[in-house]
Amino acid sequence: MLNIEIDGKPFTAEQGSTIMDVAEAAGIYIPRFCYHKKLSVAANCRMCLVQVEKAPKPMPACATPVAEGMKVMTRSEAAIKAQKAVMEFLLINHPLDCPICDQGGECELQDLAVGYGTGASRYAEEKRVVLNKYIGPLINTDMTRCIHCTRCVRFGQEIAGIMEMGQIGRGEHSEITTFVERSIGSELSGNAIDLCPVGALTSKPFRYSARAWELTSRPSVSPHDGLGANLTIQTKNNRVFRVLPRDNEEVNECWLSDKDRFAYEGLNSAERLQHPMIKRNGEWQECDWSEALEFVASGLKRARDEQGEEQIGALATPHATVEELYLLQKLVRGIGSGNVDFRLRQSDFRADASRQGAPWLGVAVADLNRLDRVLIVGSTLRADHPLLAHRLRQAVKRGGELSLINPVDDDLLCPVAHKAIVAPGAMVAALDQVRRALAGESSDEAGQAIAASLKAGERKAIFLGNLAQHYPRYAELHALAQQIAELAGAKFGFLGEAANSVGGYLAGAVPAEGGMTAAQMLDQPRKAYLLLGVEAELDTYNPAQALAALRSADLVVALSAYKHKALDYAHVMLPIAPFTETSGTFVNTEGRVQSFNAVVKPLGETRPAWKVLRVLGNLMELAGFDYDNAEQVRAEALAGDAAARLDNRLKAFGAKAAGESAGGLQRIGEVPSYQADAIVRRAPALQHAAAAGAAVAWMSGATLARAGVEADADVVVSQGGGSAMLKAKCDDTLPAGCVRVAAGHPATAMLGGMLDEITVGRA
Amino acid sequence: MANEVIFHSIHQPESWKLANYLAVGGYDALKKVLAEKMTPEAIIEQVKLSALRGRGGAGFPTGLKWSFMPKNYPGDKYLVCNSDEGEPGTFKDRDIIRFNPHQLIEGMIIGGYTLGAKAGYNYIHGEIWEAYERFEEALDEARAAGLLGKNILGTGWDFDIHAHHGFGAYVCGEETALLESIEGKKGQPRFKPPFPASFGLYGKPTTINNTETLASIPYIVKHGGQKFLDLGKPNNGGTKIFSVSGHVENPGNFEIAMGTPFSELLAMAGGVKGGRKLKAVIPGGSSVPVVPAEIMMDLTMDYDSIAKAGSYLGAGSVIVMDDTVCMVRALERLSYFYFEESCGQCTPCREGTGWLYRVVHRIEHGQGRPEDMDLLESVAGNIMGRTICALGDAAAMPVQGMLKHFRHEFEHHIQHKKCMV
Repeated sequence: MLNIEIDGKPFTAEQGSTIMDVAEAAGIYIPRFCYHKKLSVAANCRMCLVQVEKAPKPMPACATPVAEGMKVMTRSEAAIKAQKAVMEFLLINHPLDCPICDQGGECELQDLAVGYGTGASRYAEEKRVVLNKYIGPLINTDMTRCIHCTRCVRFGQEIAGIMEMGQIGRGEHSEITTFVERSIGSELSGNAIDLCPVGALTSKPFRYSARAWELTSRPSVSPHDGLGANLTIQTKNNRVFRVLPRDNEEVNECWLSDKDRFAYEGLNSAERLQHPMIKRNGEWQECDWSEALEFVASGLKRARDEQGEEQIGALATPHATVEELYLLQKLVRGIGSGNVDFRLRQSDFRADASRQGAPWLGVAVADLNRLDRVLIVGSTLRADHPLLAHRLRQAVKRGGELSLINPVDDDLLCPVAHKAIVAPGAMVAALDQVRRALAGESSDEAGQAIAASLKAGERKAIFLGNLAQHYPRYAELHALAQQIAELAGAKFGFLGEAANSVGGYLAGAVPAEGGMTAAQMLDQPRKAYLLLGVEAELDTYNPAQALAALRSADLVVALSAYKHKALDYAHVMLPIAPFTETSGTFVNTEGRVQSFNAVVKPLGETRPAWKVLRVLGNLMELAGFDYDNAEQVRAEALAGDAAARLDNRLKAFGAKAAGESAGGLQRIGEVPSYQADAIVRRAPALQHAAAAGAAVAWMSGATLARAGVEADADVVVSQGGGSAMLKAKCDDTLPAGCVRVAAGHPATAMLGGMLDEITVGRA
Repeated sequence: MANEVIFHSIHQPESWKLANYLAVGGYDALKKVLAEKMTPEAIIEQVKLSALRGRGGAGFPTGLKWSFMPKNYPGDKYLVCNSDEGEPGTFKDRDIIRFNPHQLIEGMIIGGYTLGAKAGYNYIHGEIWEAYERFEEALDEARAAGLLGKNILGTGWDFDIHAHHGFGAYVCGEETALLESIEGKKGQPRFKPPFPASFGLYGKPTTINNTETLASIPYIVKHGGQKFLDLGKPNNGGTKIFSVSGHVENPGNFEIAMGTPFSELLAMAGGVKGGRKLKAVIPGGSSVPVVPAEIMMDLTMDYDSIAKAGSYLGAGSVIVMDDTVCMVRALERLSYFYFEESCGQCTPCREGTGWLYRVVHRIEHGQGRPEDMDLLESVAGNIMGRTICALGDAAAMPVQGMLKHFRHEFEHHIQHKKCMV
């Protein structure tokens, strides 16, 4: 430890830390623009110049390492003079168009200009003008305002993993721009808006809609993926205007994925369901709540009394809150049916009987950065878990090795040590090769390489991603991962797909002995369905089968925030609140319980779903539905130690190999990031972003030839009686015999199983 | 003493050919080093004794710089020659490469040997393509003769040199911007520390020396540091090449002993053009403060003497101005150069160089204001010492020098909206 002095006060500092580090820790503010705690040091803005005793020149605090006995003066005459001089330089070419700048009121330059600027400029020459760039639908540019701090550039290189922005030109002519007029495609791009200290990069969807000081900020939690990123939601006039990250080092740090940030547009969608509706004689009629709830209660009673309890099934989105999931299962079980499930895209439930707890990530999210060996099985990682992917990239950057067993070879923006890119049907075999290698049995090259990598590490983990969890032999993958983890001394777990992929288990929204799983309820159609936030054609493993089942039912009750395809098959629609209009809880993929309150009032006649379910319980005359508030529901749902209920291990699961389809083309049906839940799929800006992608049929050149179709031609893909016309595209990284066709997408909503056989023919 | 160290064979036909260099004792120093198995310490000792100071402009003692290189570093190390001669008024390195490339190569090989470098790079300025081609030819000759590359002179020691042609950015003459440029990145100076000796090219320990510095090494090794020192004066060893330009009868490069009076150098260049009166001299390249004639005529050409007069010897680029020169116009041209060449990284330089230029431009064009001179001084002072590299200082110093010695010309321009000369 070194002893230094800042502004006359003594501090101890670690060797290698900078003046800025010590000052930050001590709460001494040194003005800065280019410095950011999460980025490398650039030392280019010069705003943090401070006086250091014996140094002939002012030194940048962000880049100057401390030395024993160093005396730093951050507010001395010399320091202030240097800082004010830098401020003057920054302002001479800045447009000072604060009244029409979206950053106004939350601008670092504006704020510091108050302290370090002057009333009038000495600069009387012509000002620089820089042309704006189109960099996509999410970020607006106003490059004349840019102060060249390069935070956005460094963010791309160091955090997003891809250098999409850079500085071209020299001196006063230098400009921040994208690579040769490309737009920004990173799934983390919106963070550049937060990082930009001025109004050069601002949010395009938010632009010109409100002033920062008009907005009310309220804390919340993202419902879009398994991480549960912490949000600050900004509202005005009872409407969500903007979403920003809320710092939480253990969850999202100071970042947000674009999905977390821009999906809020879907909350204000014109498709929002605002009144209860009942379908009478084929016509939808708005009605009041009591009428709708009576209709539902009597319908459910009739189904129970006339068809039997087991003819009632409940399906819930995994993006629902713990409170909602808990009350749904309590209601259904109160009626006497055990048919309740939230695992809508899962197709293999064989492991249920051997499960000992709620499957979870298996490690803390914050520990991902420090893993030195990782094996990912079946995942479109960047699309499904943008910020977990970022943490794993940091682990690789620190020297960790990441290996992959996957049907797709998407660029992870970091080196992949070993990989086996195999058809979904071969994932089990490929994973078994790793087990064999670790167990000392003969195995193939990839298996040996991955096994050797796992063996060598100290902090290691195996993760099953969404594709693995959706796959019809998921249970075998699960059992193998467990065996490999035991053999290699690694942790193993699941990259949680949705906000409550863990919470759903804790809330009991899964069938117990005798109850039916989501797949069973749709495979063996029920007479009455309760749908909580489910869009069957987009949210289930096999949309064709799901739609057929729902269409054949006598009663379909759709609790939904949106009008959607349920208008075709439902009999009553109840408008329920999205996460911004209700209190609730998400238990994220690492088992972290995060509760939140509503940030705005429910839209129209919308009501929080927990209240709707409570009233239904009352109307059904069930015991135990007398809750006054969501906290009581939560306390009951999560009674006891939630962490103790997390357990990935299967007891004595005899991994009996399931039958493989013989010879046909196999679909790789991943869910595109911006289609994954009801809110995001209605967010217009994200739908236009590069990362949204389009529904096309990707095949390798050989597979195209085998299917007798050509790249870029229109083709018809068919499955389960449904078909879609898509553009065929060539991707030679795909395994032979596979057709990558996105699921959860309106263009493919009539198809069958996400990872089942598919046929491709000429249009 | 003229042309003792580097330009000794400059008047011979095809002095750049290997055979002609060998004929005048070329590569003797390298042979001596390898035959005698001289230790790096012994070579550095001689370089220290010679008082050779960096010829690129900063004048840092070369022996000391070489001793900073980590000795027992387990990985690769590099030697880089800075031939990115971009300072207005400087054209000596170009002539070294054109007329005596092998002496530079020999100096680099000895440097590589001394520093334990895996390879050497010569970064050649973008606007001197001919010199780049000649250097590549010389490298080929040296390799063919077993002097460079694998198994040098049969000793089993490998060392190769790569020529790298720049693209003309002045800032790439700054050593860390040069390293970035070799690495294929945008030429922007790095913040130091870490210094190149610990984190240089590709993150490896690297020593960067100027062309003239490295070309002086064979002489020092061959004749001993003392002899080189004796050519000049204490703390200013050896000869130095001065690039004399401007209003002289015979502009060109002159290799003379350190400490030679300026008046002698001026005479060698044929005196002031047309017999006109000397007005001022920029003694070390466009970035250093101007020195009025009456002070300059009393100075000797070495680091210490010029520094005492408030300017710098720099790279020895002597720009001579006669009494027809308008100092406002001269400063406008200089300021434009720095405005154009700022890399844009640091705020004071990116914004300040344009400000300086625009104000001087206004004064030159009859739109000066009385407050402009104070403004120029203030802006220059706010750039000075506030940036990552010295380009900001280089932009500020000419302004400060001109206002110090020729303020009356600026006042006249502002008041009368025209030139006084």
